[in-house]
Amino acid sequence: MAKIIVVTSGKGGVGKTTSSAAIGTGLALAGKKTVIVDFDIGLRNLDLIMGCERRVVYDFVNVINGEANLKQTLIKDKRVDNLFILPASQTRDKDALTKEGVERVLNELSAEFDFIICDSPAGIESGAMMALYFADEAVVVTNPEVSSVRDSDRILGMLSSKSRRAEQGLEGIKEHLLLTRYNPERVLKGEMLSVEDVKEILAIELVGVIPESQAVLNASNSGQPVILDEESDAGQAYLDTVKRLLGEAVPFRFLTVEKKGFIKRLFGG
Amino acid sequence: MSLLDYFRSTKKNTASTAKERLQIIVAHERKRRSGPDYLPQLERDILEVIRKYVDIPADQVAVSLEQRGDELSVLELNITFPDEKR
Repeated sequence: MAKIIVVTSGKGGVGKTTSSAAIGTGLALAGKKTVIVDFDIGLRNLDLIMGCERRVVYDFVNVINGEANLKQTLIKDKRVDNLFILPASQTRDKDALTKEGVERVLNELSAEFDFIICDSPAGIESGAMMALYFADEAVVVTNPEVSSVRDSDRILGMLSSKSRRAEQGLEGIKEHLLLTRYNPERVLKGEMLSVEDVKEILAIELVGVIPESQAVLNASNSGQPVILDEESDAGQAYLDTVKRLLGEAVPFRFLTVEKKGFIKRLFGG
Repeated sequence: MSLLDYFRSTKKNTASTAKERLQIIVAHERKRRSGPDYLPQLERDILEVIRKYVDIPADQVAVSLEQRGDELSVLELNITFPDEKR
C-alpha cells in the first residue's frame, strides 16, 4: 500500500510543481519507489520540470479511459532509480477525471509504489478536489504573502471536509506546511511574514522552508528537479524536507540572514 | 525632510500589518466554514428584511453562530445602523 501525498496550495504560482518534483525525486533518492502524478489536466507542466516532456506518449486520462495501460504510460526517470512520472493530459475537457477513474488508477499504482505524489492544480475546482480526495497526507505549499496564506487556509478547510478520509470518518489527512520563496533578509526588515507568523496563522506542523533561490529557476530552465542540485540552498532545503516527511527530525536551515564575508561583500555573491 | 524627521519617522512594518489582516480574515472565514450551510442565506434574508426599513450596506450585518457546549448554540446578530439617516 502506497502512501498518497497531495501537494496543494489553492493559489497558483507558489511552487507546487517544483515541490512535487523535488519531493518525489527526494523520496526516490531515499530508496522509496515513487510516482509523481500530474493532476493539472489541460495545463501539463510536471513533465517540463522533470525534463521528460519529449517522452510523453500516453497520459493520465488515456489510462482512465482505458486507451493505454499504466506500463505504457508511466515515464521512468533516467537519473534516479525508483522514480516514475504520470503526465497529465492536455485535453480541454475539465471533467476528464472522474472519481472512480482516479480511484482505479491510484489503487493500481498503490499496489506497486511506496509513495504516490499528487501534484494538484491551482484553485478549488474539480481537478484540485480530485488531487486531494484520496490523500493520506498533504503538503500545503505557501508563500509568505497574504493571498497565499489565506488560500492555504481555505485548502486546509477542504482537506478536513472534502477528502475521502473526512467523508468516511477516518483519521484526518496529515497536514504539513511547506513555506517556499522565503527571504530571511526581507523578514528581518519587516517586509515579509516570518516562518513563525505563518505557522501561527495556519496552525499546522512545519515540514520545510525553502529559501528564495536562483537555483529554482535554473533547475526548471534545465528540467532538473532542484533537489538534484545538492550544492544549492533550495536543493538542500528540499533534502531536509524529504527527511522530515520520512519521520526524521532535522533542524531547519536558511531561516536567518547569512552574514556576508569581506570577500563576498567586495565581489558580490 | 530634516534629519530629525528621519529619526522620528516610524515606518509601519508591513509584515506585521499583513499578519494582523490575515489573522482577522482567516478567523472570520474559519468561523463561516464551521457554521451550517444555511448561514450565508440566513444572513442575506436578514439583510433583506432590515433593508425594507433602513437602508444599510451589506457589510453592516454580521451573523455568527457560536457553539457553546453541547446543548447551546448562540446566534449572534450584529447590525450597524447608519448615523443619521433613518
